[in-house]
Amino acid sequence: MIAELGHFALILSFCFAILLAFVPITGAWIGDRLWMRLSRPLAGAQFLMAIVAFAALTASFLRDDFSVRYVAGHSNSLLPWYYKFSAVWGGHEGSLLLWALILTGWTAAVAKFSKQLPLEMVARVLGVMGMISIGFMLFILMTSNPFLRYLPNSPQDGADLNPLLQDFGLIVHPPMLYMGYVGFSVAFAFAVAALMGGRLDAAWARWSRPWTTVAWAFLTLGIALGSWWAYYELGWGGWWFWDPVENASFMPWLAGTALIHSLAATEKRGVFKSWTVLLAIFAFSLSLLGTFLVRSGILTSVHAFAADPERGRFVLMMLGVVIGGSLLLYALRAPVVKSRIGFSETSREVFLLVNNIILVVAMLTVLIGTLAPLVAEWMDKEISVGAPYFNLMFSLLVPLLVIVMGVGMYSHWKDTKAAQLLGPVPMFLVISAVTSVVIPWMYGEIHLMAVIGVFIAVWLFAATLRDAWLKSASSQGRMRGWLRTSRSYKGMVLGHLGLAVTIVGATMVSQYTVERDVRLAPGQSVELSGFTFRFDEETQRRGPNFIGDRATVSILDSDGDVLHVLHPEKRRYQVSGNIMTEAGIDPGLFRDLYVSLGESLEDESWTMRVQYKPFVRWLWLGGVFMAWGGFLAVADRRYRIKLKRKLSTAEAMDSSDAQAQPRGDADALGGRQA
Amino acid sequence: MNPKRKQRLIIVSFLVIGVSATVGLIMTALSNNVNHFYNPTEVVQGAAPIDKSIRVGGMVVDGSVNRDGKSLAVAFTVTDYNNNVNVKYTGILPDLFREGQGIVATGKLDAQGVFQAEEVLAKHDEKYMPPQVQRALDKAQDAAPAQTY
Repeated sequence: MIAELGHFALILSFCFAILLAFVPITGAWIGDRLWMRLSRPLAGAQFLMAIVAFAALTASFLRDDFSVRYVAGHSNSLLPWYYKFSAVWGGHEGSLLLWALILTGWTAAVAKFSKQLPLEMVARVLGVMGMISIGFMLFILMTSNPFLRYLPNSPQDGADLNPLLQDFGLIVHPPMLYMGYVGFSVAFAFAVAALMGGRLDAAWARWSRPWTTVAWAFLTLGIALGSWWAYYELGWGGWWFWDPVENASFMPWLAGTALIHSLAATEKRGVFKSWTVLLAIFAFSLSLLGTFLVRSGILTSVHAFAADPERGRFVLMMLGVVIGGSLLLYALRAPVVKSRIGFSETSREVFLLVNNIILVVAMLTVLIGTLAPLVAEWMDKEISVGAPYFNLMFSLLVPLLVIVMGVGMYSHWKDTKAAQLLGPVPMFLVISAVTSVVIPWMYGEIHLMAVIGVFIAVWLFAATLRDAWLKSASSQGRMRGWLRTSRSYKGMVLGHLGLAVTIVGATMVSQYTVERDVRLAPGQSVELSGFTFRFDEETQRRGPNFIGDRATVSILDSDGDVLHVLHPEKRRYQVSGNIMTEAGIDPGLFRDLYVSLGESLEDESWTMRVQYKPFVRWLWLGGVFMAWGGFLAVADRRYRIKLKRKLSTAEAMDSSDAQAQPRGDADALGGRQA
Repeated sequence: MNPKRKQRLIIVSFLVIGVSATVGLIMTALSNNVNHFYNPTEVVQGAAPIDKSIRVGGMVVDGSVNRDGKSLAVAFTVTDYNNNVNVKYTGILPDLFREGQGIVATGKLDAQGVFQAEEVLAKHDEKYMPPQVQRALDKAQDAAPAQTY
């Protein structure tokens, strides 16, 4: 009964989506305010029904209703309750339902937090989001309904959730990632709405900017979580595989990063309007492409669920409609008038343009590398594109990007004096050059890639910190001065520092990981990077739904003292029969020690992989900084002040905020001018 | 030429040079880092290049896995049921590596026709069959219709 209720709610939500897609937009077209005003309640109703549908599926999981086909395929009565909960999005159908839930959630959020927008704009934005909803819900209802039942012969128990997904990382990774993917639909909807209305101006950029930044921050978190999950859960210490699905999330991230920077230029200076709109279309189209790649099963990876050509066709069709339709609209409506706003070669505008070009080239690099095997398959060849291709391209593009960033940070809108740009460069050069030799030297060998990586990271640190130092100058002291800078400026600093932190992590862990595959019998030990790993014993252990071989490995320092005891495991999940490697990890800010079990051999010995991974945590720490920066920027006062001003001008006047207003209005990038 | 045209010409030529350099770079990087896939029959017939990074896939022959008593070296045979290729590998095999299971290995073919694997992949699902392996098996089946199964 619950499943049917969910199915019914989903159909209702779909009906609301249809109304939402057509009524308000028609209203905006014919100028009917009542029809336009319907957009907000419709968005709310759509979200409410999606919640009911999602709750119904969750309830079916928690109640072990194995007559529901999807539950039977992805759960088991032995599963702990929190994994039953996360199993809702552990398969194709459920993860699409989560997509739909988040999409309707974003729609409702736009409806709620758009009081300062003109009604026409709200109607169009929500209408476009309704259209996207129609596509997704139709997809779910027609090809991937999670509420179908096995009747009358329903199984006694479920086939269990893939053990890889029975993990905390998977409870949070997909929702974060989807928040990002789907969040770009808001930027897309704003862009399309602006094209429809023919009003492509700075106001449009200001409205869509916070939404884009939030989506980007969620996507950043989602990707970082995915990488962290792969690191500890796949069992072998890899953190990025250039797997098609990882690429699928990385491409919208690169386009989104370009977008949040070009939006800044569009908002502040009214330049690059058409380009920004195009990027918004790209970012969301790439999110859809990602969904297509993952869900159609045409590219194989750990993430690919069962391949189904019908689903693939549907998503491909949707992709065609979205990309084709929005590009057609773009071609028809994008401003043909050349913007007359001038800027010199050394202006902030130019630096942001260079940033955009590099990011888009990076995105195309990933796109080509990901799609090449598909293209080759049509030509009846079978190829795979290896990590060396991506690594080579990124080791060229990222340094270029970061060097330009370090200089561009000091540029002004319109024009900058060359002396101001190049003034601090010698200092950065010296600091970066020295550090980039010293740190690799401390780790033994000086690899070229390590030198480059540390160089650009330190360059970025130095440039960002110097800028923050200058901006926080104040008669009341640095601390007060820093606190006085706007939140969007703080967010930018944090984001850029985050990138530097991630670069340090990626460089150090790629260049200085020490890894050894060994064969150890109980009592034997192996030395690695100054640590002794001693295999003490192996015991059996029973989990709720698995049996495991659990090894005890002690880590000793050079004096023979035990630093840590790790327990890597080899688990066999009873229902599915899957074997899982659970790594034993001793985490640290500057190094992880990582032990994973291979196979047990005849004489009680085990094959083991022991690893020393320097700075690996920095990879994800940087991601957290970037995301945090994004959220901070959105919390900037100017986004709230506009609202407040409109609601009650009088109140805002005598509040203590009024005093700080001018600074609050200063944007991250324009802060210097204010 | 007036200065405005001249400026435009400079911008356009920069664009053309930039775009072609980027495309050229991507294409070169791509062509140098692509691994072609071969099935055992193609390897045996000499279609696969020697000492070049390639991928070979097939089913692990029952009883063919042979682990060295002291080290981590392991040897096994993969088959498409028409031809066999011997594979050598040193290291830890993936969890789902088993006799009778489909695998894909990346590595180089040596002059003796032995595949020296650097990486062995078996996917995290018992029912999963790498599509390349599936197609290789289908092809082998088509190529030898006379055989009885």
